[in-house]
Amino acid sequence: MKKYTNLYFGLLGIFALVTSCGNQGKSSSGGALSSGAAERVYVAPGEYDEFYAFFSGGYTGNLTVYGLPSGRMFKEIPVFSQFPTNGYGYSEETKPMLNTSFGFVPWDDAHHPDISQTNGELDGRWIFINGNNTPRIARIDLTTFETAEIIEVPNSAGNHSSSFITENTEYVVAGTRFAVPVPQRDMPIKDYKGNFKGALSFISVAPETGRMDIKFQLMMPGFNYDLSHPGRGKSHGWFFFTTYNTEEANTLMEVNSSQNDKDFIAAVNWKKIEEYVNNGGGTIMPAEYAHNVYDDHTHTATSTMKKEVLTVDPTKVPGAVYFLPTPKSPHGCDVDPSGEYIVGNGKLSSDLTVHSFTRMLEAIEKEKFDGEAYGIPILKFEDVLAGVVSQPGLGPLHTEFDGKGNAYTTFFISSEVVKWKLGTWEVVDRQPSYYSVGHGMIPGGNSQKPFGKYYISMNKITKDRYLPVGPEMEHSAQLYDISGDKMELLYDFPTHGEPHYAAGIPAEKLIANSKKIFKLSENKHPYAALTANDTKIERDGKDVHIYMSTIRSHFTPDNIEGIKVGDKVYFHITNQEQDFDVPHGFAMIGATNAELLIVPGQTKTLLWEPKKVGVWPFYCTDFCSALHQEMQGYVRVSPADSDLELSWSLGED
Amino acid sequence: MKKASVLMIIGSLLLLGLFVFPLWNIMLGAPQYPEPLGMNIHINGIRGVQEFDIQNIDGLNHYIGMKTLPKPDEMWEFSTFPLVVGGMVFLGLLIGLLGLFGKVSYKWFVGWFVLMSVLGLLGMYDFNAWMTDYGTDLDPRAIMKLTQPDGTPMTYKPPLLGNAKILNFNVTSLPGVGGYLLFVGMLLTLVASYFGWKSDKIKVNSETN
Repeated sequence: MKKYTNLYFGLLGIFALVTSCGNQGKSSSGGALSSGAAERVYVAPGEYDEFYAFFSGGYTGNLTVYGLPSGRMFKEIPVFSQFPTNGYGYSEETKPMLNTSFGFVPWDDAHHPDISQTNGELDGRWIFINGNNTPRIARIDLTTFETAEIIEVPNSAGNHSSSFITENTEYVVAGTRFAVPVPQRDMPIKDYKGNFKGALSFISVAPETGRMDIKFQLMMPGFNYDLSHPGRGKSHGWFFFTTYNTEEANTLMEVNSSQNDKDFIAAVNWKKIEEYVNNGGGTIMPAEYAHNVYDDHTHTATSTMKKEVLTVDPTKVPGAVYFLPTPKSPHGCDVDPSGEYIVGNGKLSSDLTVHSFTRMLEAIEKEKFDGEAYGIPILKFEDVLAGVVSQPGLGPLHTEFDGKGNAYTTFFISSEVVKWKLGTWEVVDRQPSYYSVGHGMIPGGNSQKPFGKYYISMNKITKDRYLPVGPEMEHSAQLYDISGDKMELLYDFPTHGEPHYAAGIPAEKLIANSKKIFKLSENKHPYAALTANDTKIERDGKDVHIYMSTIRSHFTPDNIEGIKVGDKVYFHITNQEQDFDVPHGFAMIGATNAELLIVPGQTKTLLWEPKKVGVWPFYCTDFCSALHQEMQGYVRVSPADSDLELSWSLGED
Repeated sequence: MKKASVLMIIGSLLLLGLFVFPLWNIMLGAPQYPEPLGMNIHINGIRGVQEFDIQNIDGLNHYIGMKTLPKPDEMWEFSTFPLVVGGMVFLGLLIGLLGLFGKVSYKWFVGWFVLMSVLGLLGMYDFNAWMTDYGTDLDPRAIMKLTQPDGTPMTYKPPLLGNAKILNFNVTSLPGVGGYLLFVGMLLTLVASYFGWKSDKIKVNSETN
């Protein structure tokens, strides 16, 4: 026995030796294969990922939910686009969500998600995202993972420097990319210069409900406001926007807006403007913009058209806005976790410019101005500069922070991610991206407390990274482990649409809040059938309202007669299940919209306009139960002049 | 006898736990129910472990033609059991107090324990009979009519105690907190009886010496 014990300890010793060697190997080598990259992205069946990552869908108009480090996609949340998968934007309840001053707009280009914060840290209550094309901001509820609210932004065009939030979610900020005439009017395009405006909108977020309201619009000179980020910590109360086309060119922009040696970062003291506005400052101007709110109890959205907006002329609020000269059409405008450094990613510059918040305040105090633009003081480049990252790569776009004193900048042209040190400005590592990285993301990267374990690059060009699927491909993301001194590329995975940014958060901040069902007892939908006894059909002229219920595995009613050609038939379907993950679907032959996917406790409505006489079936589209295939029914459609009375039944012969 | 009487009082008071905690608990886990469904059997009715468990168990059971779980007013037991338990608590308390003041002997403790045991066994018998009925009296028009390998109809009676595999479900039936309090309480009255008997014997011995 003693001999075996010795042997056992001997083996343990060898094992320890082997594993310690392995650890040394891991820290000293940059190669993914030698360091067990597979293990580090592998999340075993049934296990959970460490982080949620929300990727903007770009031209899908939606938001996708992934897990990190596995890169598995969990959900696509419809935001600005119709989504036939569950009927969003097709059902009567959700059509108002896509209402705008231009009418029903079923699509958008979704760009920059940002998670709500309290005291500069992610609180995981909501995630906001901007619609770029028809300027809108959406708020997604992170208990239901559904779009809860969309507000249109007037006087804006190309809502790109959005949707970034202040550190207590006081505001979600939306800046215009295109300068436009304000108010819009018929005028020659060539008269742009000096006449167009750039609106920066500060949308307040109600602390309890998250309800959005445009507090004020700052009417800036007609530059293009590209991206923005809030100050945090010491710079809380300020907001920074990159600009390009300070030339105010209106044609052949790629040349004409790239002539100035320096454009600006606009530093906006929003606390000062808030005070000005609270004291009655600003001008109310007529406007037209939609405000769409979804209610979890009525399961219905309402759209209200707003008629006016408060505008602020920046020259009327002394000390509120300054311009920081920044080389060459800066794109990303990123603020480090301490709030001291403002990184201007001058996309046509070979250097990376970092401004100092402290130096900016000093320069403002000493009034060291270098002229002004449209009445807004311009600070001297040398006076606000903190440092320059010299020759880090080509085409810097975006910078993220790991909370450990490092910054990670994407370089589109040289197709790489470069890690550098704040304060010393030295480049410490670089990794290629496949290919042409746009944005990068570290969970909590836009907060005082980043979770610096993983970095995700969102690459614009996919080419040969996956099995070929023809000329059009999904974009590609890459996962890097950034816990060590050197970045390690662990994994590639395709992303849906074109992610322009992402937001990540530790999973434990969201898991417990995620809803499993809607309570039927809290369903306040006016056409809900809360019990089988509530099912009925009512005719009001050509409108027919069917109060229908679903429970495994039947519709009540499932035989309907008395419908006529030319009727407008509203199927109001209530899923009476109260069990987790038992949705029912509803599809009607000849319906020209989509299906419905109804989760437990919810009511949704599909409009069907029967055009042909006959007996037409409907069925459940979600494999809900063992008897799913039997979950079906018939509607008899009679000629328009038929006098057959309405009748309905279930289980009668 | 003083110690015995105090134990008798505590023992019978523990039965009050049945008015708060479930007597019995049955959990139903399945591949698609990683978080099992569960029912707590209280002396005055059956409640779900989670808010909608009863509704969901009934929903699943309708496939195999089982009746829905009884509501409190659908079974006489749920109005009778609280009276019986309340009565026994009162009786135990009374006997304990009388014992404390030397008015009754330990034999009353024994008597209470025997009565409670008989009632308990009757209760278990009744509970088992209900479960047998619930698991075998099936709707002839059930969606799924399953048979045993020998051709007889499948029964779905949950086990009185322990585990059973019923179709895709793993059913575990165990006492609830109230049930354990009942057992401990009864055990205490038994111990009380023993101490009472012992002190009685010492008294008799000292008297004879």
